[in-house]
Amino acid sequence: MFRFLFTRIILIIPTFFGVTLLTFALIRLVPGDPVELLVGERGIDPARHAMLRAELGLDKPLLAQYAIYIKQLIGGDLGHSIVTKEPVLNEFLALFPATVEISVCAILFALAVGIPVGIIAAVRRGSIFDYASMGLSLTGYSMPIFWWALLLILLFSVNLGWTPVSGRISVLYYFEPATGFMLIDSWLSGESGAFRSAVRHLALPSVTLGTIPLAIVARMTRSSMLEVLNEDYVRTARAKGLAPWRVVVVHALRNALIPVVTVIGLAVGVLFTGAILTETIFAWPGVGKWLVESVRRRDYPVLQGGVLLVAGVVMLVNLLVDVLYGLINPRLRYQR
Amino acid sequence: MAVPGAAPHPLLEFWGDFRRNPGAVAGLAVVLLMTLIAIFADTIAPHEPNEQYRDALLLPPVWSAQGSADFILGTDDIGRDILSRILHGARVSLSIGFLVVTLALVTGVLLGLVAGFARGVLDIFIMRSMDVMLALPSLLLAIVIVAILGPNLINAAMAVVIVQLPHFARLTRAAVINERAKDYVTASRVSGAGVTRLMFITVLPNCMAPVIIQGTLGFSTAVLDLAALGFLGMGAQPPTSEWGTMLSNALQFIQRAPWVVTFPGLAILLVVLAFNLLGDGLRDALDPKLKR
Repeated sequence: MFRFLFTRIILIIPTFFGVTLLTFALIRLVPGDPVELLVGERGIDPARHAMLRAELGLDKPLLAQYAIYIKQLIGGDLGHSIVTKEPVLNEFLALFPATVEISVCAILFALAVGIPVGIIAAVRRGSIFDYASMGLSLTGYSMPIFWWALLLILLFSVNLGWTPVSGRISVLYYFEPATGFMLIDSWLSGESGAFRSAVRHLALPSVTLGTIPLAIVARMTRSSMLEVLNEDYVRTARAKGLAPWRVVVVHALRNALIPVVTVIGLAVGVLFTGAILTETIFAWPGVGKWLVESVRRRDYPVLQGGVLLVAGVVMLVNLLVDVLYGLINPRLRYQR
Repeated sequence: MAVPGAAPHPLLEFWGDFRRNPGAVAGLAVVLLMTLIAIFADTIAPHEPNEQYRDALLLPPVWSAQGSADFILGTDDIGRDILSRILHGARVSLSIGFLVVTLALVTGVLLGLVAGFARGVLDIFIMRSMDVMLALPSLLLAIVIVAILGPNLINAAMAVVIVQLPHFARLTRAAVINERAKDYVTASRVSGAGVTRLMFITVLPNCMAPVIIQGTLGFSTAVLDLAALGFLGMGAQPPTSEWGTMLSNALQFIQRAPWVVTFPGLAILLVVLAFNLLGDGLRDALDPKLKR
């Protein structure tokens, strides 16, 4: 297990350095003068230009520039936003909980609906429920979620008036953020109605973002259940006279869920792609919306730092999933 | 000539397997229909896609009370016929999607083939580069590339090519490594075949099944990613009748004119779903492990 973990960590390091090369190159590949791009001023006078150039280290050879970049990264310095002048890392840390909040809710939604649907579809293979749910899953998997979000807004916000269209909580409530997670903060604030408001704001973005993972989880649960249900130990459990639900839920499901865990881990990238779109549509103040706006405002330091941080988070989550996979799947742990 | 008792021609056998999957056949039918629409968009569209009918702004579809038979799916905020724009949008999505998948497939397969054959440093270099590209969420990588190149349809297409390429490279490399160890390759090498011949004539054809499946599924992600970039204002620019771009400022009309929002998205969903069904069908028909 330790060796397995060790090799995984060793493998992640060169990839991460590759990403730093990409973000390092980013500013230098964008057409235009890197000094103006980094400082956000146009038509700087030559003396100031030369000063800034030296200050940003752009007068040094490329390799030295990269070394400085890496040194700064290790010191936690990811540059400053051109627009707000704030350190990129601080902005990221302030917005990141909002993205984690919808992502976690989306995954929980996907699991809560997808696993039962997958189980029932597998147990009743060939039934109308099986065909209907798998047809719907493929539709969900093919869904352009920015359009899906608009349809959900049309139904639940415009026609039914159940949910708000944007933001994390009603402007009526204000409290100091304690954790950055609106559900927890609004609960802790003790203001009556604040938690309800936060839930109502969270509902549509979570469902939007959770739709593709839901489709993946349902399909994966079904196919891995079908495989497991044919195994000898399931037949043994049935032969012992156990209740059918007990065979399915206790004996079969435990093994069937192993591939589902991996799929969820691999879905982190998919989830962030979705978060970019979902946050943009619902004006959800998270990392995805922040990065899209940084491109629109030509705030390249934010894009540069943000991309690196997102890539780092995605890699870490994938590593965690690998470790988790090793923990829940003893067969893998004892290999080699 | 068919000999009784002999195995059927592989293509016939494939078609027999494929035909038994109603979803795949439906997917194929939609793909063919959309291709026809894309080719003949000029002829079948009732209006010019960018023609503005100033006296018919935000007209609802024909089946609602205020609808007009002139504009079957209604008009948008500057009086353009939505049906005509969607039909022309099929041309944009399918042609750019085809371009993207072809470029990604050719470069990805070449890289995978080289990595699988060369092994050593070159292999490590190619595959680590692919890992870096896969470490970023696909849309984020595409956004970064568009931020460098500038927002327009061709740059968005290039971005999607780069996003898709690692999948083809990985798949091909895995298949190549698997095939290389087989006896027929050794036999070919022993008979004096050069590396190029081994790569392209001996091994590559046997690696194509997963690549073809990935190509079909890649078409659906290409259409989806291009529409997402268009929606974010980083792909096709107005007034191009691209499906995602058509939705980009639709949110403001959602209350007054839901049809402006509904139909372009439906078109995207239909095409993406069709390619996914087709890809699933191809996988079932081409994968020998599932077959027997």
